[in-house]
Amino acid sequence: MPDVLVIRGGEVVDPNGRHRADVVVEGDTVVAVGPAEPPAGARVLDAGGCIVSPGLVDLHAHLRQPGREEAETVESGSRGAALGGFTAVCAMPNTTPAIDSASVVRDVIELGRTALCEVRPAGAITMDRAGDRLAPMAEMAALGVTWFTDDGDGVQDNGLMRRALEYARPLGVTLAQHCEDAALAGGGAMHEGEWSARLGLSGQPREAEEVMVMRDLALCRMVGGRVHFQHLSTAGSVELVRRARAEGLPVSCEVTAHHLTLTDATCAGYDPVFKVNPPLRTDDDVAAVRCGLADGTIDAIATDHAPHAPESKELPFDEAPPGMLGLETALAVLLTELDLPIERLLEAMSWRPARLGGFDRHGGAVEPGAPANLCVIDPAATWVVDGAAMASRSRNTPYQGRRLTGRVRHTVFEGEPVVVDAEACR
Amino acid sequence: MKHLLAVDDLGSDGVTELMTLTDRFVEVGERSIPKVPALRGRTVATVFFESSTRTRLSFEAAAKRLSADTMSFSAAGSSLSKGESVRDTVETLGAMGVDLMVVRHGSAGVPWQVAQWVDASVVNGGDGWHEHPTQGLLDAYTLLQARFERAGDHPSLAGERIGLVGDIKHSRVARSDVAAFTALGAEVTLVAPPTLLPPSTTAWPVEVAHDLDEVLPKLDVVALLRIQQERMREALLPSMREYTLRYGLTAERLRRLDEHVIVMHPGPVNRGVELDAEVMDHPGTVITRQVTNGVAVRMAVLFLLLGSGITDA
Repeated sequence: MPDVLVIRGGEVVDPNGRHRADVVVEGDTVVAVGPAEPPAGARVLDAGGCIVSPGLVDLHAHLRQPGREEAETVESGSRGAALGGFTAVCAMPNTTPAIDSASVVRDVIELGRTALCEVRPAGAITMDRAGDRLAPMAEMAALGVTWFTDDGDGVQDNGLMRRALEYARPLGVTLAQHCEDAALAGGGAMHEGEWSARLGLSGQPREAEEVMVMRDLALCRMVGGRVHFQHLSTAGSVELVRRARAEGLPVSCEVTAHHLTLTDATCAGYDPVFKVNPPLRTDDDVAAVRCGLADGTIDAIATDHAPHAPESKELPFDEAPPGMLGLETALAVLLTELDLPIERLLEAMSWRPARLGGFDRHGGAVEPGAPANLCVIDPAATWVVDGAAMASRSRNTPYQGRRLTGRVRHTVFEGEPVVVDAEACR
Repeated sequence: MKHLLAVDDLGSDGVTELMTLTDRFVEVGERSIPKVPALRGRTVATVFFESSTRTRLSFEAAAKRLSADTMSFSAAGSSLSKGESVRDTVETLGAMGVDLMVVRHGSAGVPWQVAQWVDASVVNGGDGWHEHPTQGLLDAYTLLQARFERAGDHPSLAGERIGLVGDIKHSRVARSDVAAFTALGAEVTLVAPPTLLPPSTTAWPVEVAHDLDEVLPKLDVVALLRIQQERMREALLPSMREYTLRYGLTAERLRRLDEHVIVMHPGPVNRGVELDAEVMDHPGTVITRQVTNGVAVRMAVLFLLLGSGITDA
């Protein structure tokens, strides 16, 4: 007889609404939802005062393996993901070597077999993400890759991007773009504006992002294909997507937890922990992405979890690599900072990204027969962020020392309680 | 006050106080033996991750005139070329018992980082495009001195119209000059093509102009900045020739200046580019005096941070 697990006393929130219910799991499947008397020998997870939700899905995380294991591994990253309530993550392909071939895809899938959540590699659009030649997208798609991106860089060549979209169209996959026009961004270390002027740091203007959004919208209009915009950070980008949506273009987009909550003013102390790409913008941009999230223009919240070993975040600001941790804090930060109904927040962190990324075992209704990928959120729990205590091999959290309200209490992945009482079980 | 990382650390009263303190060290510099025992037993290290001649020499002269011991680190030929980090380098120096580090680095913000890693006081000796506070202070002091000689005035730059000409965007001197000059009441106009201005000056207490010839007649002070070759590669300027044509203090422009108009430049000067040789003979040119005052201002800064009797506000 398979193990029986009862998640007891919580309130289920899923795509169908919210209602009080116990959730009974047998093996990797939900078998009952409703008032339940735990069968003898069942394991009971207390969900009193908690939300029971489909597990969160992150379309954008850097797990660093292969190649940068000092910063993160698939295992450590998946542990952080589970602690943050995620049951599925899409692993970005800017590894060493890049995920641009079937063999590297297989390697990452293999590493993911023992992970604490589903780890699905994204493939690169171009070989070695160099922007010169197409990567073998069909061969990677045949292994289950649904998401292609040169993330870390945008595809600069307009002609090549057109070909990529054309080639990808019959494969039914999505091309996810890191929108950054390299020439206009000019290698800027932060957002170009009042703060960069004052701090004497080189800046990237908003337009470096927006011109690539405009280009991809034009190409999408021209040749079709599914385009997803990663980590949009400016008011202008959100408005472009809003209009494209109204026009009926098949585009989607994500925003990160940090672009929803932090501004370029955080760079004032020159701490490279606040260096990220796209850069943290201004209050106006934060307001605009929040608005885009509230009105549904923005489909998904992603983490862009980007671990970097401590020594690399002690370099001078302009030399340090961009990126910040996100998996363990994203949900809690947004519960703390955003004035958004939890249904809307979970829609953007679970069911909509699951649908976009083709994560069929995640983000569905919590009902009998559904895969048991769940997270239990205690909205009242308070805790203090400490990078040193995180599961990540790195510590570069921009929320160090921040007191947050709301925390993942349990995470169940394929029926296994991988996080219980905010501690990873393995 | 423990560190001097930016001019604003001093506050506007602090800038005035430092100017007064500098007077005392100018007087020391004029003695036959220009040395006082104020910092005997203290160790000052110049920690330069970017090459510099005049700033390093000036700080070393200042430390020595205060009887401090000096140490010197420069990136060339050091362990940095073997890949040692800034943090390891400064922590190593700190472990040798340094009381104050003068830090210069090509990247903005490094002195802030160093101040968090070491127990020593840190003086920003120039960080990227950001600040070079002792240069700003010595420029301000030089203007106060000139004004005093002309008018016997209270130590203030109130009403003084200063044009800061050249590559503002990439200039740490410009940022420190603006802070120091405006702290003393001056009116500053930045004069540069838009490509050499910061992306935003809305938070700066300055006017902005693009035409030197239009601004020149209204100025009491022309403060020139150094222009670098790499600005051409970045397509921020078509050529040095065109820069000189539009923004150089040429002999022809000099003839239009009143002889009392002060001309300054932080050095090193590109003669024939930012200014013509004739400018050196202009009665109001204070370029050499900037260098002399640099030592006194740096003595005042070292004394302020390490000397006894002055504590945090």
